[in-house]
Amino acid sequence: MRNFDYMIIEEVAKELYIRALCDLPPDVRVALKSAEEKETSPTGKEILRTMLKNVEIADQKKTLICQDTGLPIYMIKFGTAFHWDGAEIKDRIYEGAKRATVEFPFRGSSTHPVTRINPQTSVGEGLPVTYFDFVKGIDYLDILMIPKGSGSENMSSMKMFIPADGVSALKKFVVDTVLEAGGNPCPPGVIGVGIGGTADLVCRLAKEALARPVGQRNHDPLYAEMEKELEEAINATGMGPMGLGGDISTLAVHIEAAYTHITQNPVAVNTQCWPARRAKAKIYPDGRVEYGH
Amino acid sequence: MANYHLQTPFSEDVIRQLKVGDIVQFNGTLFGLRDLTQIYMFDQRHDPPVSLQDMPCIHTAPSLRKVGNRWEPVCVGTTTSVRMDRFSPQLIEKYGVRVIIGKSGLYKRSLEAMKRYGAVYMSIVGGAAALETQQIEEVEAVYWEHLHPEALYQFRVKEFGPLTVSMDSHGNHKYFDVIAEAKKRLPEIYEKLGIINTA
Repeated sequence: MRNFDYMIIEEVAKELYIRALCDLPPDVRVALKSAEEKETSPTGKEILRTMLKNVEIADQKKTLICQDTGLPIYMIKFGTAFHWDGAEIKDRIYEGAKRATVEFPFRGSSTHPVTRINPQTSVGEGLPVTYFDFVKGIDYLDILMIPKGSGSENMSSMKMFIPADGVSALKKFVVDTVLEAGGNPCPPGVIGVGIGGTADLVCRLAKEALARPVGQRNHDPLYAEMEKELEEAINATGMGPMGLGGDISTLAVHIEAAYTHITQNPVAVNTQCWPARRAKAKIYPDGRVEYGH
Repeated sequence: MANYHLQTPFSEDVIRQLKVGDIVQFNGTLFGLRDLTQIYMFDQRHDPPVSLQDMPCIHTAPSLRKVGNRWEPVCVGTTTSVRMDRFSPQLIEKYGVRVIIGKSGLYKRSLEAMKRYGAVYMSIVGGAAALETQQIEEVEAVYWEHLHPEALYQFRVKEFGPLTVSMDSHGNHKYFDVIAEAKKRLPEIYEKLGIINTA
């Protein structure tokens, strides 16, 4: 058991990236189908039908849903009942993301922020984005992979409000940010909202909110209620699919929250596009791998 | 709202018939271009080596594979149009482009050029690259190959779309209308959320 073969992690990291790009999670499919049924705008309905057709073609041809293969994000949870080598895992994930890009092959989008040179690997300094967390009582490693496209990521925003602005300032910020984004993030997608924490934590919370299956409510009824309220508000704008008008402007609003400072009131919005791509794997110490979403 | 099945090249009459909300699919030639292609065309003054007169242009995001001398589509999608707004009036005026295809629309100056010269903007469904790739029958030519993946591409397409006419030659702009309507609804939305300070 001590001799875990870390090449398994590299293979899984590669496989997860490809799976996420080609195979849309079942909850997203259900949400899109239900949106298509509910939509009353003829244009909006036609757009949602085209989205569903695109998912079908990607299934049949085992190809990419969208050409924007995004920047790779890996959210890793360590089961602490087994001694995992975290540094080795980080290296294997880097190599796996790179191999997915080169071996599939698909367009790499990672770029040097100043020289703008693109190594065509999807990785580079600081990439892939990796989040680490630890869970007691389990021995497996849980890896969630999200490829994040730029159409939606570019519409993300955060703001440090003050306590005097109240909770209503946060709600207004969410609605205004989504309205400002219009059709750019390829709506209807999931809107990830972070509330509380610090400037960096609030952005991370908004991203983590996107990792949940579509429509899965926050476990805290207070935030679950806010999610419902914001969903209704965003849909009431009438922006619709691809910003061309209609009833469905978002598939769901997800909130993740943390305690904050007595003088702070931060909020972040991380928009996702309609193909809310993600893939997941559980890796056991004996080398078994279970894939899912 | 009407449905059209068209064939390239497009005459000015056909394009002027189209109205915001119409759904279009077409067969024929489609040119793909994007940011760098148009910086090369307009800022660095290179005339395209092929006529774009009466043709559609798409803001393309192409992943292609070269097999021998031929290019094959791997995954071809569409990118956000607003980045290319600056070039669009010239594309219409100088080179006679009749249709610009992309996502999220263009601004007012482009709308004015469409009105004046008889052109429209059609919205594709963003993110639907698997479908789009299947509708490309052939990559007929890649001009300015050194700019790839931002070269000038000539695709032959079949039943391309569905595309929604979202800016027409009569001065209508669907995205502007949707935003204006949303802004009208905002006071009520804010009130329901308990937002008092709407500044």
